[in-house]
Amino acid sequence: MDLRADLQTIAALVRRAANELLRVPGAAIPGVLAPTIFFLGIFAVFGHLTLLPGFTSQSYQSFLIPISLMQGAGFTGAATGVNLARDIEQGWFDRLLVSPAPRPVLLAGLVLSASLRSLIPATVLLAVGFAFGVHWPGIGGLAIALLIVMGMGTIAACWGAAIALRFRSQSAAPLMQAGMFVLILTTTSYAPLALLSGWLHTVAQYNPATQIVEAARQGFVGGVTWGDTWPGILALAGLLALLSALALRGMRRTAV
Amino acid sequence: MVAANLRVIGALAARSVKQTFRRPQLMAPILVFPTLLLAIQVGGAGRGVNLPGFPHVNGFLDFILAGAMIQSTLLAGNSGGIALAVDIEMGFTDRLLAAPISRFAIVLGRLAGTAALGALSALWFIALGLIFGARIAEGIPGALTMILFVTLSAIAFGGIAAAVALRSGRASVVQGLFPLVFVILFLSSAFFPAHLMLEPAATIARYNPLSFIVEGVRDPVISSLSLHAFAKALGSIALIASISIGLSALALRRRLRVGG
Repeated sequence: MDLRADLQTIAALVRRAANELLRVPGAAIPGVLAPTIFFLGIFAVFGHLTLLPGFTSQSYQSFLIPISLMQGAGFTGAATGVNLARDIEQGWFDRLLVSPAPRPVLLAGLVLSASLRSLIPATVLLAVGFAFGVHWPGIGGLAIALLIVMGMGTIAACWGAAIALRFRSQSAAPLMQAGMFVLILTTTSYAPLALLSGWLHTVAQYNPATQIVEAARQGFVGGVTWGDTWPGILALAGLLALLSALALRGMRRTAV
Repeated sequence: MVAANLRVIGALAARSVKQTFRRPQLMAPILVFPTLLLAIQVGGAGRGVNLPGFPHVNGFLDFILAGAMIQSTLLAGNSGGIALAVDIEMGFTDRLLAAPISRFAIVLGRLAGTAALGALSALWFIALGLIFGARIAEGIPGALTMILFVTLSAIAFGGIAAAVALRSGRASVVQGLFPLVFVILFLSSAFFPAHLMLEPAATIARYNPLSFIVEGVRDPVISSLSLHAFAKALGSIALIASISIGLSALALRRRLRVGG
């Protein structure tokens, strides 16, 4: 197979995922609704945390929006895993496996569609966020946030695919969602690191996703600097390498 | 006849509990997600106890434990409704309707199962709270009051999901209630004191019956049990239960009249 054929396969798989959105418009709703409800709910409930001494922003909604963007990407990526599990259950995935397309190409089609799809909740969340007073992050800040959203969508899709290939059942959906939930929320999600307490303070210090959150947050709560950007990009690349290797291993081990 | 109905309710409740334990999709929202959220909120928003006006507590865990229990109970009710709708979709409910048993025992069996899951969730969160340093100010009577309120709440919330399941007969419709659960939770004092929330959520939380239930569960943990909080919680549960069970009865009657 040459590169051109591989790209055609990837494009066909992305088109198939897009068709699902066009034919079942409700399919995108959970990925949009859940992070939006969490954003508005957590903002309303914990908004006064900014009054604590040492809180790095006066605008809790601006502090919170990167977490919600990443949650939206996480839900969307996990949904890709659930869809793959459905395709495995219904036998459609077996037909893909017997095709001459290499398995990494099949995986690339799945995760690329998730990456693009994660821009849907991001767009809605940003619109809602700006309506509720989220600071404009500037073009640079917005570009970094959207790049991170797409990266998180890819990471979540790789995780979802690895779980789907391991358990081969939609029953594993809670594991796909819980993995992303834990990765994203055990960071500086609710408050800056100095204000986190107990176990979460320690976990957030070592969780690579904290660097990703801080990189996505910088435009919303201050200026964009290369010093705050590169650790996030590095952490994103590391997680992507790890989880795509896990998903590829699952693909290679899958027998028809 | 009463003994036979009780046997049916018991058997259906046991089936409902087993079904939940066998399906991770039903179990995860009841225990896994509320536990994760509890752990993260305690670590993430725990310094909120230093805000001026925050009620005196030993720690944020003491305050938020009740919220986690009610979240779990709301989701247990929703999961029970989804399982009932799946039974309708698969034809199992039709077979029960053809059996010589009371029709309403079918719904009560499901609600009894949800109540058992509510009690389990209360025990789980009390144990978790005690292990991680929470203190129940009212001791054992306080813990028993919490279990009672959470179990009764499970019946009340389960009734709403059962009514939707019986009316629609579709699991996807009941699943659609899932985001609403979080809307209702965030608009209550489940996670933070209502007067420290932002407007308009703070005002809504002050009048949300769910806040009264949460505060009834929380009261024995952070202070001595007050008759006022007890009565407000019990009254709110009774109000929601009577509406939800009434709606379930109407939905069941309609289903029997017009069919699936």
